[in-house]
Amino acid sequence: MHSFGYRANALLTLAVTILAFMCGIASFSDNFNTPIPTTEVQVLNINWFQKKPDGDDEVSLTLNISADLQSLFTWNTKQVFVFLAAEYETPKNALNQISLWDGIIPTKEHAKFLIHTTNKYRFVDQGSNLRGKAFNLTLHWHVMPKTGKMSANKLVMTGYRLPETYR
Amino acid sequence: MGWIGEQIDSIKSIQYRQLVTQAISLGMIVTSALIIWKALMCVTGSESPVVVVLSGSMEPGFKRGDILFLHMSKDPIRAGEIVVFNVDGREIPIVHRVIKVHERKDTGEVNVLTKGDNNFGDDRLLYAQGQLWLQRHHIMGRAVGFLPYVGWVTIIMTEKPIIKYILIGALGLLVITSKD
Repeated sequence: MHSFGYRANALLTLAVTILAFMCGIASFSDNFNTPIPTTEVQVLNINWFQKKPDGDDEVSLTLNISADLQSLFTWNTKQVFVFLAAEYETPKNALNQISLWDGIIPTKEHAKFLIHTTNKYRFVDQGSNLRGKAFNLTLHWHVMPKTGKMSANKLVMTGYRLPETYR
Repeated sequence: MGWIGEQIDSIKSIQYRQLVTQAISLGMIVTSALIIWKALMCVTGSESPVVVVLSGSMEPGFKRGDILFLHMSKDPIRAGEIVVFNVDGREIPIVHRVIKVHERKDTGEVNVLTKGDNNFGDDRLLYAQGQLWLQRHHIMGRAVGFLPYVGWVTIIMTEKPIIKYILIGALGLLVITSKD
């Protein structure tokens, strides 16, 4: 009844239970954090804008992205994945989301940044609908915890428009 | 003959009930594991509610050996979500992030492009020949939560089957020999 095996088993079970409980609490404690991130994005230049040989529109942008995401970080945050997506509607598609830039923020110290960049992923439409198209730029962030539940949110910036002609 | 028969009878009379009890308890362990797994399948709506990360393509977010909990809801798939998908002609499902979404107005059908956070380019090279987009039916679930390191147990067991057999043997022996 009180053999070595039983005691080892009991100890292991208790240790795993406590560990699981602590992981649960750590994940739950993220609920008490109410982040207030801020961001600002400027489209500095349309580098080029054309119709590809297969008929789809493609545009290249230069962007200024500044954001302060420091309030997202808690003690249970491993990293924050942040990306900027162009979002728009076309006659065929109810929603188009195209990631233009993304980055991984490993620590709170890196969470306030200003980046000057061209779009990292190709901004290609499904079809030829981009001339004069109004679009939103949305900054999304996905918080990856050290353990537990992942969370995500976004800030939508409206009022961007592509030129009427190819260039 | 009579002597041997007596011996067998005595062994039978002692061990029969105990043997049945042990068989039942072993069966209970196996079936309860199965019940938990199937219940998770029902709750999460995903055919494999828990997956182990096998590659480093999502580092530093997910490392090899981390466990992901999947959920497959009716919600539409959006950019930034981490999805687990199967590509035709590939055995092992892949865990990557959605970077582009095109959703049809009339049918609601989605075209999705994925990329691993730690990979340089997008996943078109991983897809089947000539495939440009993932559709809804390729996607098994989206990752909603995660637990570090625990998946190493399964990685070790699949890569070194001897350890698996030793472990199963030891557990089986423990169940059979334990007298309450």
